[in-house]
Amino acid sequence: MQWFLDIGRDAKHTANTNRNTPKWRRLADSITSRIEMTLDSTLESVSRVEQEAEHFAERAGFDPDEVPHIAMAVRECAINAVMHGNAYSETKKFHVSFAMEEDVMKIVVSDSGQGVDLESLPNPLAPENILRGSGRGIFLVKAFMDDVHFRKLDPGTEVTLTKRRTSEHAAH
Amino acid sequence: MSMKVNTRQVDGITVLDLSGRITLGEGSVTLRDAIRDLINKGQKSILLNLGDVSYLDSSGLGELVTAYTSVKNAGGELKLLNLTKKVQDLLQITKLYTVFDVKDDEASAISSFTK
Repeated sequence: MQWFLDIGRDAKHTANTNRNTPKWRRLADSITSRIEMTLDSTLESVSRVEQEAEHFAERAGFDPDEVPHIAMAVRECAINAVMHGNAYSETKKFHVSFAMEEDVMKIVVSDSGQGVDLESLPNPLAPENILRGSGRGIFLVKAFMDDVHFRKLDPGTEVTLTKRRTSEHAAH
Repeated sequence: MSMKVNTRQVDGITVLDLSGRITLGEGSVTLRDAIRDLINKGQKSILLNLGDVSYLDSSGLGELVTAYTSVKNAGGELKLLNLTKKVQDLLQITKLYTVFDVKDDEASAISSFTK
């Protein structure tokens, strides 16, 4: 696996791109791998982040059965940031970072919108909610990740996800 | 890959062969529109074939639920066919497996509809 500090190329790349191209840079050392992304509040960005989560989890050596769950959890958080946090605003960005510290993946998703109380959502498994057409996103995030932490920003919301790698699959 | 819908009739039952991803945006809207059109035409016995659905996010799950309740409220039936393991796991986790009538064989699915 090759890692590189590529801020120079990224800066030039960002200057020549349309509004939907994410700006990201990859930093590495022998223990910590990290990716940071700043994206427009669009569904295209959500898909981009989901793909990055999948690739990051694969490279980090997570079990193949866990990789799609991690990607889905990130997708759901990105959707919340874009749709509920930033309300698809053309002027607001959302931020995602991926980091691998020893055996633990840490993902942080933050928006700069009005702020949503993601900790007091109705339980989608409750009989009175089971037939609702929405409201399962955070439930799935909590089901797939080891820990989920919400923090109110001023403005916006930050969600931190952690997942411990338990498989023996070698990183490559 | 955006979602595609193929519609066919089998013994008076409308089978929708779905393929691709049912996610927030194009996929979920496509399903919603397809169900609404069928209800408006009076075709309320609907079998959703999900054998080629590679992925559902929470919005996609929500659209399946909305499709179920819309058809049921219109006096019809909606059933699911050929769930992949991934989709099956999602329905189990969200307890939606208790809501839907899930089939793994088209012939028996067709005959299970109320005539």
